[in-house]
Amino acid sequence: MSEKRNLIDITDLSVAEIGALIATAEDIAANPAKYENACAHKQLATLFFEPSTRTRLSFESAMLALGGGVLGFSEAASSSTSKGETVGDTVHTVSCYADIIAMRHPKEGAPYAAAQFSEVPIINAGDGGHNHPTQTLTDLLTIHREKGRLDNFTIGFCGDLKFGRTVHSLVNALSRQHGVKFVFISPEELKLPDYLKDNVLKKNGLPYEETSSLEEAIPQLDILYMTRVQKERFFNEADYIRLKDTYVLDTEKLVPAKKDLCILHPLPRVNEIAVAVDQDSRAAYWKQVKNGKYIRMALIMKLLGIRI
Amino acid sequence: MNIDSIQNGVVLDHIQAGKSMDIYKYLRLSELDCSVAIIKNVRSARMGKKDIIKIDSPMEVDLDVLGYIDPDITVNIIRDGVRVEKKHLELPQKLVNIIHCKNPRCITVAEPQLDAIFLLNDPERHTYRCAYCDTEKRRAL
Repeated sequence: MSEKRNLIDITDLSVAEIGALIATAEDIAANPAKYENACAHKQLATLFFEPSTRTRLSFESAMLALGGGVLGFSEAASSSTSKGETVGDTVHTVSCYADIIAMRHPKEGAPYAAAQFSEVPIINAGDGGHNHPTQTLTDLLTIHREKGRLDNFTIGFCGDLKFGRTVHSLVNALSRQHGVKFVFISPEELKLPDYLKDNVLKKNGLPYEETSSLEEAIPQLDILYMTRVQKERFFNEADYIRLKDTYVLDTEKLVPAKKDLCILHPLPRVNEIAVAVDQDSRAAYWKQVKNGKYIRMALIMKLLGIRI
Repeated sequence: MNIDSIQNGVVLDHIQAGKSMDIYKYLRLSELDCSVAIIKNVRSARMGKKDIIKIDSPMEVDLDVLGYIDPDITVNIIRDGVRVEKKHLELPQKLVNIIHCKNPRCITVAEPQLDAIFLLNDPERHTYRCAYCDTEKRRAL
């Protein structure tokens, strides 16, 4: 049997492996029937210690579309965590019932801890404000489908870049592609963490700029990645209220943007993208949701060692 | 000042002057029953001043701890009054349960029974990052 593979951080996958996952996801989108029994008799456990609509349902929908089964819980209160059980013990137990585990947890590094105790592959479905690698795969698939490539563009990240785990993972992934320029748009308090700037961008000599003005940045962008200011990441509610509406993308702000701009958002949104923008052909965030299912199907198959 | 040579034990040499007490603490030398000599501010051609620690008992020195504290320290193993081995240190690639993460959002803070794992991040800046949450930590001394 091959060695157990986990997906904790997007860099656990090589650039070639990500390319192969995208190719599989494209094939799934084109020929879904071909994959409908790919994971027959396999079980996916979704361990969500923190609420989520999209990611959990996307995983479950992906496994069901592959002919597999799903089990799990959707909040910590309905697990033994509420009785004081450790992540390690929970995962050890669940790995006796399931063939693969997707896990979301409010604490950073919880999936890394889980992987030390699990008999089966662990997929990080989001750990606090740290990483969210399957959202990154979703983002990469969407960029690939919208732009036809994963290199040579300028991407702007806007909003909460400090706690925005989807931003951290996507920056890591795109840092391995050629010709990507990064523009980080955020208030001072929510700037990208230094460790990412030092270890990923500066270390690899990648071009980036930081600004607090979305209006000034938008004309140069090929991709705009909007994020929500996440209430659950703040210890102080007053700070959240002060910062939550810093950026609102509306049709007026899009006037100077490129005609082929691609607007992404990991969702859910609150106020940061006006509903009117949904009608703009450049809005790709609803396509992102669908792409999330395809890429998770490809990932589940890969980690289970299933080839079609 | 007269400090006897040891017969069987360990001599930690080239300790940065003034840091010997920190090493005494990190290596938990207070828990030993044998003689331990801490010699401070010894004249050194290379360093100007240095500290030396002599431990009069064969013991396994945790080279990872020592390498993390100061990779310039040399470890001399003494048998029958003669130096039989001289070990040069380097910054370890991985630290397990030597330093701990202070990020309140890190799982190791919520579940302290987990191994505290740090990985060498930047050898030039002597920085490590928590394997769980990526929080960076500079060398302690």
